[in-house]
Amino acid sequence: MPPFLFWIFALLMLIFGAAVVINRNPVASALSLVVSFLGLAALFMSLDAYFIGIIQVLVYAGAVMVLFLFIIMLLDLRAEEGRQINWLASAGGIAVALALLIQIFYVIGHLKSAGQTFPPLGRSATDDVRNIGSLLFENYNLPFQIIGVLVLVATIGAVLLSRRDPR
Amino acid sequence: MVTLGDYLIVSGILFAIGFAGVMLRRNLIIILMSLELMLNAANLSLVAFSRFRVQPTGLPDYNVQVFVFFIITVAAAEVALGLAIIVALFRARRTTDVKDISSLKF
Repeated sequence: MPPFLFWIFALLMLIFGAAVVINRNPVASALSLVVSFLGLAALFMSLDAYFIGIIQVLVYAGAVMVLFLFIIMLLDLRAEEGRQINWLASAGGIAVALALLIQIFYVIGHLKSAGQTFPPLGRSATDDVRNIGSLLFENYNLPFQIIGVLVLVATIGAVLLSRRDPR
Repeated sequence: MVTLGDYLIVSGILFAIGFAGVMLRRNLIIILMSLELMLNAANLSLVAFSRFRVQPTGLPDYNVQVFVFFIITVAAAEVALGLAIIVALFRARRTTDVKDISSLKF
């Protein structure tokens, strides 16, 4: 991928990621999150991780966002817009986030391989999905089954939590 | 050329944005969205390292991509449960503002 495409998608992702935090309307935040995730999926594709990029679009920009928008519409959140901002607490939060960012920059600056470009890939006889799938079902079979049980438990838990009269 | 450090810096900035969202916002749904941003920033740096560690066979390190797949699955389960908890909370208290939910505060 050419460098200018990387920077376009990275800027798209970061600007809309900031819009998620800045927007006061929850619906606008959720829609900004969709655009941010699409930019992130493009970055995954630029790293030759096509399967992860497609999964990102399907799971996050599709399923998770519909869930967020559904809950926002269901709860009808309008009251927050009139609230005033506590400037002292906001400055504290921004300061902590900036300190974290400086630490991350420091660590990356001292990483030896940070300045290297990506080595070229060899040609694969099979495609991306087949490689990941064979690894998933051969080497990581037990974690895969545990994840399946986890999703089942989460489904049952969500149904149980949203019942009107839990007994 | 785009280096590994560029991807890591973009991922770090995205993580800091999500962290700032958790610290600054008081709406529970926005906090959950910011958590998603942080998880995805971690995924981006993982995939960048996967592409950087090219194996002797000439393929990226697919172990990392399987790990990212697991993270995405767990994050989706987390969102479903978190939103169910928020709906239950909204039924009981008629609010999603963390300032109004302070029963456990010392």
